[in-house]
Amino acid sequence: MPEFMIYALIAGLCLTVMTGPMGSMIVWRRMAYFGETLAHAALLGFGLALLFSVPTTVGVVMASVAIAILLSLLSRSSSLSSDTILGILSHGSLAIGLVLLSLLPGITVDLESILFGDVLAVTSDELILIGVVMLIVLPLLVMNWQSFIAICVQEQLAAVEGRKVKLLNNLFMIMMALVIAVGMKVVGVILVTALLIIPAATSRRLARSPEQMALLAVVVGMLAVFGGIFMSLQWDTPAGPSIVTVCAGLFAASMLLRQKI
Amino acid sequence: MLINAEKLSFARGGKTILQDISMQVSAGEIVTIIGPNGAGKSSLLKVLLGLEKYDSGVLRTNANLRVGYMPQQLQLSPHLPLTVTRFLALAKASKGEIDIAAETVGISRLLTQSMQNLSGGEQQRVLLARAILRKPNLLVLDEPVQGVDITGQAALYRLIGQLRDELNCGVLMVSHDLHLVMAATDTVVCLNQHVCCKGHPDVVSAHPAYLELFGQPLDSALALYTHHHDHTHEHGDSCSYDSSAK
Repeated sequence: MPEFMIYALIAGLCLTVMTGPMGSMIVWRRMAYFGETLAHAALLGFGLALLFSVPTTVGVVMASVAIAILLSLLSRSSSLSSDTILGILSHGSLAIGLVLLSLLPGITVDLESILFGDVLAVTSDELILIGVVMLIVLPLLVMNWQSFIAICVQEQLAAVEGRKVKLLNNLFMIMMALVIAVGMKVVGVILVTALLIIPAATSRRLARSPEQMALLAVVVGMLAVFGGIFMSLQWDTPAGPSIVTVCAGLFAASMLLRQKI
Repeated sequence: MLINAEKLSFARGGKTILQDISMQVSAGEIVTIIGPNGAGKSSLLKVLLGLEKYDSGVLRTNANLRVGYMPQQLQLSPHLPLTVTRFLALAKASKGEIDIAAETVGISRLLTQSMQNLSGGEQQRVLLARAILRKPNLLVLDEPVQGVDITGQAALYRLIGQLRDELNCGVLMVSHDLHLVMAATDTVVCLNQHVCCKGHPDVVSAHPAYLELFGQPLDSALALYTHHHDHTHEHGDSCSYDSSAK
């Protein structure tokens, strides 16, 4: 097996270990649009990082977190409904990011790889980055899992029962920003939400508990990574969209199953 | 005294939601907040629970206060696979404690069911079970009979009364249902951003501020639950009109 393919597989598998449980929580909390907004903000962060010559991952994480903070401020003080605010921030940041990238002097950016990922070109440095993010996100997930579920079920109830809801929500947001930053490399800013949501939705029918759903979402994501990368090599299709295509196919197949609970 | 609020005010986005709210909940007492939609009932509960910060006033809570909270109907995602047992376990409760609480509110046969498959009344009982798992000395219930049919409502209010006796706890609940709740409560607080009036149900239901808010036709429906006697304010100790005018 060629080295680039091993890299691609490792990158994809590491990503899905995080997107399984994180995506399940996004689905449970009906936050799909929120995830997409953070992902679109990542493009703006990418542009700003190039502009100020800082590492792109730093720019991406900071932009996602900044957008999330802006979102919570706006939805508190504004008379607009939160989905309208999300729509403005999401597409506004995507558009500004695209304009910014086109204006940067002397830098040509492979836009397609940012938008749709380029997992077959993952470098060893990027692989290390993904590993580091995984080592940060996974322990946080495991340590706070019960609290995260309690918050997904009913935030106020969790708060009255003494769970640190605000802290955990902020933590969740930062974890999301990190996952999106590394997810960009694999499936791109446009499709990273798909990798969060589709495996989770697919595993729903087989799962009897939140944990089962999160773990099955990891399995579905991994199958999609294998299938998508294989597809890409076989038919020379773009890898990111191929992975999401397999996800969608698995979801369609899951519709044939009877829901367990 | 479990909770003592004095002149609490709360505003959001430049809009006054609660103004000069003074009220108390004592051990063993059932206090019901009633009021029209948008009166600030749920906001008041959140302020009293410390979920929202009030802007002015004083809120004193008993040092040993332990709250069991029942939120308004769960808006649970259909994508979250959750059995009743697992839902109850989120209150950091053991299997044995869950069994006892389930027995108390009569949901033992539902424990292995999916949360999403429960009827309105079953779901409210499950929420009540989770609230009592905290071994509370104050139960805070936000519209406990919402989405429950009329016979179920009466049964739920009876259950809440029983729980008060068994746990010897105070109960603070919100309702916009007027008739049944009057029979099941010790003190009524009639809220419309400010406290319009408060006191014993019989007193409140004859109070001008109450009648202005809820109108006269109530009298006929209320007749089912109260015995019309020629009361003046013989029960009434604390029937105050518009606390801000004091």
